[in-house]
Amino acid sequence: MTVDSLHHTVAPAEAGPADPTLVQLLTPEGQRRGHPDFPLEIADDDVRALYRDMVALRRFDVEATTLQRQGELGIWAQVLGQEAAQIGSARALRPTDMVFPTYREHGVAWCRGIPPEDILQLFRGINFGGWDPAAYHVAPYTIVIGAHALHAVGYAMALQREPGNDSIAIAYFGDGATSEGDVNEAFVFAASYRAPVIFFVQNNQWAISVPEIRQSPIPLYQRAAGFGFPGVRVDGNDVLACLAVTRAAAAHVRAGNGPYLIEAFTYRMGAHTTSDDPTRYRLAAEVEAWKLRDPIERVKAYLSRSGAADADFFTDVDTEAERLAERVRAACVTMPDPGPLTMFDHVYAAGSAMLDAEKAAYAEYLASFEEA
Amino acid sequence: MAALALARALNLGLRKALEANPKVVIMGEDVGKLGGVFRVTDGLQKDFGEDRVMDTPLAESGIVGTAIGMALRGWRPVCEIQFDGFVFPAYDQIVNQLAKLHYRSGGRLRVPLVIRIPFGGGIGAVEHHSESPEALFAHIPGLKVVACSNAADAYTMIQQAVACDDPVIFFEPKRRYWERGDVDLDIPLEDAFPLHAARVVREGRDATLLAYGPSVRLALDAAAAAAEDGRELEVIDIRSLSPLDWETVHHSVRRTGRCVVIHEAPVFVGYGAELAARVTEQCFYSLEAPVLRVGGFSIPYPPSRLEEHYLPDVERVLDAVDRVFAY
Ligand SMILES: Cc1ncc(C[n+]2csc(CCOP(=O)(O)OP(=O)(O)O)c2C)c(N)n1
Repeated sequence: MTVDSLHHTVAPAEAGPADPTLVQLLTPEGQRRGHPDFPLEIADDDVRALYRDMVALRRFDVEATTLQRQGELGIWAQVLGQEAAQIGSARALRPTDMVFPTYREHGVAWCRGIPPEDILQLFRGINFGGWDPAAYHVAPYTIVIGAHALHAVGYAMALQREPGNDSIAIAYFGDGATSEGDVNEAFVFAASYRAPVIFFVQNNQWAISVPEIRQSPIPLYQRAAGFGFPGVRVDGNDVLACLAVTRAAAAHVRAGNGPYLIEAFTYRMGAHTTSDDPTRYRLAAEVEAWKLRDPIERVKAYLSRSGAADADFFTDVDTEAERLAERVRAACVTMPDPGPLTMFDHVYAAGSAMLDAEKAAYAEYLASFEEA
Repeated sequence: MAALALARALNLGLRKALEANPKVVIMGEDVGKLGGVFRVTDGLQKDFGEDRVMDTPLAESGIVGTAIGMALRGWRPVCEIQFDGFVFPAYDQIVNQLAKLHYRSGGRLRVPLVIRIPFGGGIGAVEHHSESPEALFAHIPGLKVVACSNAADAYTMIQQAVACDDPVIFFEPKRRYWERGDVDLDIPLEDAFPLHAARVVREGRDATLLAYGPSVRLALDAAAAAAEDGRELEVIDIRSLSPLDWETVHHSVRRTGRCVVIHEAPVFVGYGAELAARVTEQCFYSLEAPVLRVGGFSIPYPPSRLEEHYLPDVERVLDAVDRVFAY
C-alpha cells in the first residue's frame, strides 16, 4: 500500500473473493461456502424467497427510475446492486426491531412490508414519507447524512430500559456517512452505553463522486475496534452472507453485548441519484467488474445448479415482479397532489393560533381567485 | 461582455480568485472531479490541482472547522456546502468559532473564509434541499452575509468575498443558477460595485420593493406588471444582508413612502422583520402605509408539489402592493 502524505491516495482495497476478511457464503459463481464464524442453515424455500425479494426489488427500482425519467418523480435514489445487502440484512430482523434508514433503503422497506408505492410519495414530492413508522417499525427516510445514526442509538438506549424487551435498533448508512460527526458520536454513545444497535454500513464505494478512500484510509469495519465494539466486513452482494452476519450481529446485540458494526462491501451500480452523472468520476471498467458479482445472478446460479428451482419458478418470479411494476406505476401516476392548505397541518402537535390565522388568510387569498 | 448563466459566472469568478491569489483554496463535497452538484466548481480541480480544489470527506463541521485552521495559517478557503439544509452540522463551527475568532482574539486572528451556500426553493427538490436560513446567519455578529441575484454580480461578488478579510456567508439563489445575464469579465475588482452595497435595480417613485437573492427577479417581474397598471415601483436588491446598506433603502423609501419586503424564508422572525422595523423606525414620517412583508409561511419547507404555494409569486407581491396603496 503506497501512501502519498498530502493526497492520501492509496490503492482501493481489493475485497474480492480472495480477501480473507470478507465473509462470503455464496461465490459470484453461485457456489456455497462455509464460514467458521457465520454458519448458515437455510432451507431451499428460504433461498427462493430471498431470490424473489431481490427480483421484486430490482424490478421496482427500474420502474421508479423510469417514472422519474418520465417526470412522475422529482428524483430517485436507485438501489441497483445493493439488493443482497438490504434484503439479507432486513430478513434477519424481527418485526419489532426498529429500522433507521437513509433515502436508499427501498429493499429494507420492502422487507418490512411497506407498500413500494408509499415509498414513491417522498420522491414525487407529495409528502416526506408515506408510511406509519410505528406500524412498520421503520423511521422516515433520512436525507441529512448520518443524523439518524444517533436516533438509532437513542432508540436502542430506550429499549434497553424496558424490562423484558429484547428488541434492537439498526441504522443503515453509507460509506460517506461514516465521516460525519453524528455517526462518530453515535459510535461513542452506543459503545459507552452498550446500546443494542447494529450499524449497517453499505459501502457502495462512492459518496456521490468521492471514493471510499477519501472517507477512510482503513477498511471501514476496522473503525469499530477503535470505538470498542466488533466490526465485520461481509460480501454485500451475497444475500446469504448478509443474512448470516446480520443474524449473528442481532443475536450478539440482543443478548446485551453492546453495538455491532457490519460493513457490507457492495457497489452502487447506478448513479447516485437520477440527477447525478457518474461518468464524470468513475470508470466504466469498474462498473463492468462489479457486474460479474451481481447479487441476483449468483443466487439464480445456485438455485438452478442445485436443482432447488426450475425454469417455471424463475418465470413465475419474473411475472410477479412485472405485475408489481404495473401496480406501482398505476398507483404513482394517479397519486393526487395534496391540497394547498394541507401544508399547514402537523407543524405542531398542539396546533398554534398564529398558524391557524396564516392558514385562514391563505385560504381567503386562494378563494379570492375563485370569486374573480 | 458575455451572456452567462449565474452558475457559470460564479465558476469564472472562482477561477479568477484562484488565479489572483495562490493562497485561495476550494474545499467541499464533490467539488473536484464532479465540479460540484451544481457544477459551480467545474474544471477547477483539473486546472488548479487537488491541493487547491479539494474533495473533502462528507463532514460539514469538518470542512468548516479545518478551513478555519487553514485560514489561521494564512490560507483563504472557500467552502462549498452542497445544499442549504446541510449547513447545520457546521453551524456550531460557524456561529461559535468562525464568527467570533477575530473578536475573541482582540483582532489578532483573522479568518478570511467564504462559505458558499446554494439557497432557496423552486427547483422541485426533496426535503432539506430548499431552505432559506439567511436570517440565522445575518443574526450572528461577526459574519458578513451576502446574496447574489444575477450573473454579473455573482462574478464580482464571489471575488470580493474571497478578497474580504472577514468570514463571508455567500448565498447563491439555486433556482437562478441557469438564468443568463451580461457579465463584464474584464472588470477590475476595484471598479466593481461594492460588495456591501445595495443597488437600485429598477427606479420608480410610487413604492419600494426590497428583495435579495432569488426574489429580486420576482420583484422585477412584479414591478413590470405593476407598470402596466400605471404604478412605478422601485426595486432594490439588498445584496448584502449583513452589513446592510441602509442608506440606499432609506433614500428610496423616504421618496416613495411605501415599502414591501419580499423573501422566500418564513416571514415570522425573518430577515424582512429587520427591514420592516428599521423602515418604520427611521422613515416613519415619510410612510403612507405600514411596511408589508411577502414570504414563506411559518411551516417547514413543504413537499415540492406544494412549493408553488409556499413561494411568493407575482400575484402575492401585487396583492401586497395593492394593500400598501389602499391606506
Ligand atoms: C449532511 C449532508 N451533507 C451532504 C448531503 C448531500 N449528499 C447526499 S447523499 C451524499 C453522499 C452520501 O454517500 P454515502 O453516505 O456513501 O451513501 P450512498 O448515497 O452512497 O448510499 C451527499 C454528499 C446530505 N444529504 N447531507
